[in-house]
Formats: sequence, C-alpha cells, structure tokens
Amino acid sequence: MAVVDKVEGETGEEAGLRQPLETAVVRFAGDSGDGVQLTGSLFTLSTALAHHDLATFPDFPAEIRAPAGTTYGVSAFQIHFGGREIRTIGDRPDVLVALNPAALKVNLGDLRPGTVVILDVGSFTERNLRKAGFTEDPREDGSLDPFRVVALDISGLTRRAVADTGLTSREQLRCKNFFALGLVFWMFDRELGPVIEWTRQKFGRKPALCEANIAALKAGHALGETAELPQLPAFQVPPASIAPGLYRAVTGSEALAFGLLDGARKAGLQLTFCSYPITPASPLLHVLARLRGYGVTTFQAEDEIAAVCAAIGASYAGALGVTSSSGPGISLKSEAIGLAVMTELPLVIVNTQRAGPSTGMPTKTEQSDLLQALYGRNGDAPIVVLAAASPADCFTMAREAVRIAVGHMTPVMLLSDGFLANAAEPWKIPDLDTLPAFPVRFRTDPEGFAPYARDERLVRPWVRPGTPGLQHRIGGLEKQHETGEVSYDPENHQRMTDLRWNKVLAVAEDIPEQTLEQGDPGDRVCVVGWGSTYGPISRAVTTRRRRGEKVAHLHLRHLWPLPRNLGRLLSGFEKILVPEMNKGQLVHLLRSQYLVPAMGLSKVSGRPFAVAELEQALDRLSEERP
Amino acid sequence: MNAPARALKPKDYASDQEVRWCAGCGDYAVLKAVERVLAEIGADPAGTVFVSGIGCAARFPYYVATYGFHGIHGRAPAIATGVKLANPELDVWVIGGDGDMLSIGATHLAHTLRRNPDLTLLLFNNEVYGLTKGQLSPTAPPGSRTPTSPLGSVESPLSACRFALAAGARFVARGIDTQKDLTGILRAAHDHPGTGFVEILQNCIVYNDGAFAAITERATAAEHQIHPVHGEPLLFGAARDKGLRLAADGSGLEVIEIGADGAGLEEVIRFDRTNLALATMLASLEPPLPVAIGVLYDNPAPVSYERALRAQEEAERARIGEADLGAMLRQGPVWMVTA
Repeated sequence: MAVVDKVEGETGEEAGLRQPLETAVVRFAGDSGDGVQLTGSLFTLSTALAHHDLATFPDFPAEIRAPAGTTYGVSAFQIHFGGREIRTIGDRPDVLVALNPAALKVNLGDLRPGTVVILDVGSFTERNLRKAGFTEDPREDGSLDPFRVVALDISGLTRRAVADTGLTSREQLRCKNFFALGLVFWMFDRELGPVIEWTRQKFGRKPALCEANIAALKAGHALGETAELPQLPAFQVPPASIAPGLYRAVTGSEALAFGLLDGARKAGLQLTFCSYPITPASPLLHVLARLRGYGVTTFQAEDEIAAVCAAIGASYAGALGVTSSSGPGISLKSEAIGLAVMTELPLVIVNTQRAGPSTGMPTKTEQSDLLQALYGRNGDAPIVVLAAASPADCFTMAREAVRIAVGHMTPVMLLSDGFLANAAEPWKIPDLDTLPAFPVRFRTDPEGFAPYARDERLVRPWVRPGTPGLQHRIGGLEKQHETGEVSYDPENHQRMTDLRWNKVLAVAEDIPEQTLEQGDPGDRVCVVGWGSTYGPISRAVTTRRRRGEKVAHLHLRHLWPLPRNLGRLLSGFEKILVPEMNKGQLVHLLRSQYLVPAMGLSKVSGRPFAVAELEQALDRLSEERP
Repeated sequence: MNAPARALKPKDYASDQEVRWCAGCGDYAVLKAVERVLAEIGADPAGTVFVSGIGCAARFPYYVATYGFHGIHGRAPAIATGVKLANPELDVWVIGGDGDMLSIGATHLAHTLRRNPDLTLLLFNNEVYGLTKGQLSPTAPPGSRTPTSPLGSVESPLSACRFALAAGARFVARGIDTQKDLTGILRAAHDHPGTGFVEILQNCIVYNDGAFAAITERATAAEHQIHPVHGEPLLFGAARDKGLRLAADGSGLEVIEIGADGAGLEEVIRFDRTNLALATMLASLEPPLPVAIGVLYDNPAPVSYERALRAQEEAERARIGEADLGAMLRQGPVWMVTA
C-alpha cells in the first residue's frame, strides 16, 4: 500500500495540511470522448516536472467512438508516481477520477477501502446510470461507503467557468477534463504554469477552445484551494532521487523506433521499415513515418506478407529491412521469415504481442507468442529471439536486434507487447555518439567469393547487388553448401540444416552472460521473467528481500539462443518461479532445455501482473517449504 | 556502377546453370528474348536484379547472369518493391506466372501496379499450373478440365491486361512467347519509367499445349491478332482490310471490313497509347474478335514510386537541416534533473 502514515513533527503550513505519500496511483477514467488520454499525458508532464519517478499506462477501448456512456466506451489512463524508483503502473488506484457512471462502474472492482473517488455527478443522470448498467444509484445504495467520495457537479462547474468564452454548450462540456485535471493538480500541489504553456502550444490554432481549457483548469484548481471540501485530501509526494541528466517521456513504441534508427545508423545502413496497420503495433509505423528525414524509408504495404517480403527485398539490396506487426500478422509473415532464414539475410521482425488466439483482444496485452517466435515456421527454421523488459528498454533491445541481425546474417524477432508499446516512463536521453557502433562490411572482393561460404561464426557474406563481379542467385530452395546453388542432395540438406541451427546457436557467444537483477546465486528462490513482467517482478522481489527472504530476480532479454551460463545459474536455486502472461511458454522452454524443476505462474486476463499477485505466488512457494 | 568493359552479347547474359524447363516450353523463347533486350540496352549484369516467385517461370533468375532472387509463391512484386526502396539505381525485373501473380499473389500485383515503382514485370500466362502438374489456373477458360476440375471449370477467368489496367498500371502490353517482336515489347516495357507490365501468352507443352493456337497459328495469325501502332488506325488482316471501330451502342469495339458496306478507313479508330478507355477495350478483345498484341497502354507517371519517396525524404532532410537523431530526441517536452 502506497499510503504512509502522516509524519509527526512536520512544520510549515503546507506540510501540516498535506498528507505525505511515498508514491501515489491516480487513474483518470471517462467516456472515450472525454479527453482522458490528453488529461493523463498532461498530468504525466506535470509529474515529471515535479521530479517524481513515474510509469503510465493508457487503457482505451477497442471501439474508436463507442456509444457514449457505455462501459465498453470507457477510456482510462493510470499513472504511478512518487519519491522512489517506480517500476510498475501500480496495482490499484489511490485516486480515481470518474467522469461518468460507466467509468465508475468498470473501475469499482479495482478500488480498495479509502480510495479517493472523484465523481462528476453532473453526468449521473438516470439515463447514464442505466447505460452504465447500474440498477440503483451507487451513491444511494451504500456501495460507495468504503471510499472517500468527492461528489462534484464537474459538468456544471465547468460550464460556469467557461461561460464567457464563446463556446457552444456542447463545446463547454468538453473542457471538463481540464477542470478535473486542475482539481487533481491542487491535490498534488502542482504548478499550473508549464501545462498552461503547453496547452497554448497545442491548441494555439483554436484560441477560444484553448482559453476555455485554461479557464477550466484554473477553476478546478481554485475549487480545491478554496472550497474546503472535507472529503478532498491534499497530498505531499516527495521528489525522487533520479540520476542527473536530460529526460523525456517515452512509450515503448517510441523507444523502439529510436533504437531501430540508431541501430541502423550504427550499422551504417539506411533503415527500410515495412509494415501494415495492426493494433497495438501501428504506433511504431506512425513514429517512424514522421522521421523520414532521419534515415528511414517507411512503407505501408498492402498486407502483412508484402510488408515482410519488402523488408527482405530491402535487406537483399543492402539496407536494413525491418517489419513489424502483432500476433495475427506475424502468423501471416511466417513463410517469408523462413525465406529470410534460407537466404540468410538480416531481418528484424518486431512483434508487439496482444491477447490471442485469432483476433483475440487487440487492445489488451499478453506475451503468448514466445513459442510462435521460437518455432512458428515450417521446417527447422531457427531465428534469434529477443524481448524488451520496459518501455525504455525497447531502445536498447531494438539496437541489439539490429546488431545481431547484421552481425550474424539472420532474422531476429524482437518481442514487445501491448503494455510496453503504450506505457510510458521517463527516459534519460542517451548521448548517441557514445553508444557502440557495429558497422557492416559488405563483401566486394570477387576473389574466392562464394555466396554461402562462412566465417568462423558460420556467417555468410552480405553482398549488395550492384557490386561488380559478385553476381549470384539466392532463394528459398535448399542451397548447396558454399556455392549457394540449388541442391536436393540428402547429405547436403542435413549439413545445411545443422549449419543454420548452429549459426543461430553461435550467437550465444556474442551476447552477455546472464546476470541477476536482484539477489545472489545462493538464494533459495529465483523468479525468472521475460518481457513486460519486469516491473511487477522487480517490485515484488524487492519487497521480499527487504523482509530478509532469499529471493532472486532473473530477467531474460535473449530468449534464443539463451545466455550460455543460464543453465548453470538456474541449477543453483531450490525453486524457480516463472510468471508469464501466457499458459507457460518460457517455463516449457526452460524445463526442456535444462531439466530444471521450474514452476509456471500464468495470467492471461489482458492486464499486467499486479505486484500483490506475485507476492501471493511467493507466499504459496514459501508454504511448500519442507 | 561500372560499365562493362566491352559490349555484351545476348549469350553473355546466360548464367552457367543448366536450364531445366521441359523441352519445347515457351519459357525458352522468352529467356532468349530477354537476353536480347539486355544486350540491346547494354545492361550492366551487376546492376540488374531478377526477382521471381514460385512456379515454372519463377526459375528464370537462375538462368540469367545477373543478381537474382527466387522468392516465395506470389510475393515477387513485394520483394522487388523492397529492393527498389533500398536502391532505386538497380534495374529490377520481376518474373512470374498466372498462378503466381493472378492467384496467390494477385494482391501484390495490383498494389505494385498502382504504386508504380520502376520495374519491368513479366507475367507468363500459360493458363495452367505447370510446376504442380496441371491444376486449374485463374486465367483458364470456362469448361477447362484439369485434375482439380475434372468436370470442367465453372469459374470465370481473369484477364491479366484488364486486371493491370484496372489496378492503375501506366504501361500494359501483351506479347506471345514465340513472337518475333517480343523483344520490342519487352524493350518498351523496360524503357517505361515506372512499372512496365507485360502479359506473355506462353505455351505449356505438357499440360496445356496449344492453349493459344487459335491466336498464334501462323496461317491465320493475321486474322486473329491485331497489333496497335501509336497514331495509326487499328487495322488487321493479311490484306489489312479490316479495322476496329466503336460499336454504335457504345458496348465496345467491332470489326468492319474496309470498303464493304460503304465503310471507309476514316471510321477506324486511331490508336492512342495514352487512351485508357481504348486500352481497356483492346485488352478485352477475345476470339472471334482479334486479340490485341503489343503495347496497349503507355502513359508514364511524372515520377516513379521510389523516386517520389526519395524526393520526400530529401525534402525532409533539407527541412530539418543539421538536426541529427540526437537533437530530435531532445525536441518536445524534456526536463533536466540536476544533482
């Protein structure tokens, strides 16, 4: 629980009035037309400027304009911030802002006693209550009694605040998110200045709307300051100790795009990014399409197959071909990924995973495509598989995917997920010039050239068409060892299958040894994670270790080949717990690779693990102690 | 790219690989025609890339002494688009059959044609699946009996040239594998600054022999083919005494005999290769009307797809000036944390 007791002996007016909190979780929720995402991003900006560490996650409906007032049209934005390192988006909100009955309805189950619930009762009409599925008004049936309810007619107050701005009645109401934001700003003692400045930049072209939003923001803030609402608490959250430097917020999609761009530059290549729109992978294409002046060509293909094939064509021609999708699209790309395996060309495939199977739940997160990444192709078709652990880690792992793909002439699949893609966190902007380069050396010498001759790491040469004297033909048919000519020779097929397999295994010599995020090899329990479960596992393990429990955290970023010391490292633990947002895919891999008694912990609800869920699993493990 | 030291001959463009098409296959004639064109244009073997999908025709790249990429079924146009995105300087040819480009890969053909990258795209149409042993093709006529349609096809076939025109192709031609002037048609397709699309009626001697005999039979070819020439009246026949005019009901083209029924040469339509409506009507002609052979449509776009993309990227680079990736990362809301 994030709320800490009021510190005795605080002096000064503010400290005396404001309740100290180490960290806080605020969730804004409303109709998809209420501007909840904008509210969330403005609160994030203000939080960063207040020097808190933070993590955010938007939760929007799949429907673009779902019918107003319905539960499936509710859009939400959660932010966890505070005075210590923030690793998750927070299990449960401390403050919920519900801009209509439906927003209250869908979030009720996540509240705990004492949660501050700010309601826009102006929207609590009989019709809206019915649309939200309430048979009785929740304000009157006692169901809100456990919470600190702040019932305000935000709609009416907003209308009054912006009455003189010349907006229509309908437009006036659309400013209510700014009113609510102003109120929450007061609760957390935030400056209004930077957000007002940003609002003027953003809405500068619509001066009336811009000034109305600012007026609503100020009115909400003033209400908190002057109204002396007994239910409305004021909090004081300390700044976090953050490494000095210049920061910005990044989502996983943004960080991944920046990492691909920097990776391509460090390889000395033009980036050719070929994709097809799919939720939740599209933002990566959006980000890169805006950056075409920075060394990337983006191609929105006619379908997933064309996207991967164009990326393969680009790599064949000497650029860095990258394709991106989510599970269903990756399924469509499978045959072509096999072609890249056979032609031994660099190719980066980004899978922003979502809840499956089939269309599944496009806007909900899951990490259930690991086995597809490892094995989901016809034939023995090994590729390198990587996974990013946090939004900012997407930058590092995208660079790593490029480095391995061009260094080993192999497809590399980088796994992200819907959570990482949309979640944001502060990112210390790196000095790109200091990051290692891995320049590609194309083969240009015709002397002794053979397209499938290999170096000591089993890597074949990369030749750019246009290079004189090196004309050759490659394709998806089995290749004769070294010459690359078509071959149906049985012994050659055995040899080439082994070579392709061993070539990918040899990447293990070119990646770091596995280390522990927390703990020591002598600990009793090791929690092994991969991908976006990093935050909750990390927080749960920290909590346990503070209590003196011997629990370690190991997080895999290289999933194939696995780090060369992993088996040795795992064999030292008595118990291995593998939490995953799937039915047990990594645990399957670890058990089959190392014959270790690893146990899975599965969650496939479309939501990330809560820290409490992991702690409960660790409790059960402790009870099993002989 | 270095120019070859001496003028290359057609045979210099043949690779050292043994050609493995069936004896008598129409593909041999097309291969020879392509080699002749490569020699004519003085193609740099190092700057030329042949890309294919899967099928008999798709083995083509192995037999040409240039760079070659044998892809997967139907996807050659997408792969070739990627090649052009990465390096617009390369001279890229795309080879596929009717199954490759009009069935499994029809999507890619359509979208490549509308985008219009600078490719030469050859569709070998033999109206049958050869490599998989004779199954029904999307271009096969109704009633075709094959292992997968033993009772006769009840499907309506696709017309390759009409498909290409409908997709927005800026160059559409039809040729015949053994035709003497195939080289001229291929050359025109190659010279077109965008996607040059050529349907080649190609005889499969094993599974569909004589599919085009009614058109190609030497004795009657002049009566069954019409070869449009830009600016000239649409005449055909051994005595060039027949012409095409617009049917009075506007339904399409009809044949008139010059001199008969008082019809004069002035009624015959003059061919304009930039006229899309006329090209569509010509592409639609089927026996007993004469089948149109040659360049049916040639109306270049101002700039090819990959050049248009490059121009945008150069303009973006000029706009952002010295700004590098590191500077871009510092744009927008940033904040400094001090010790």
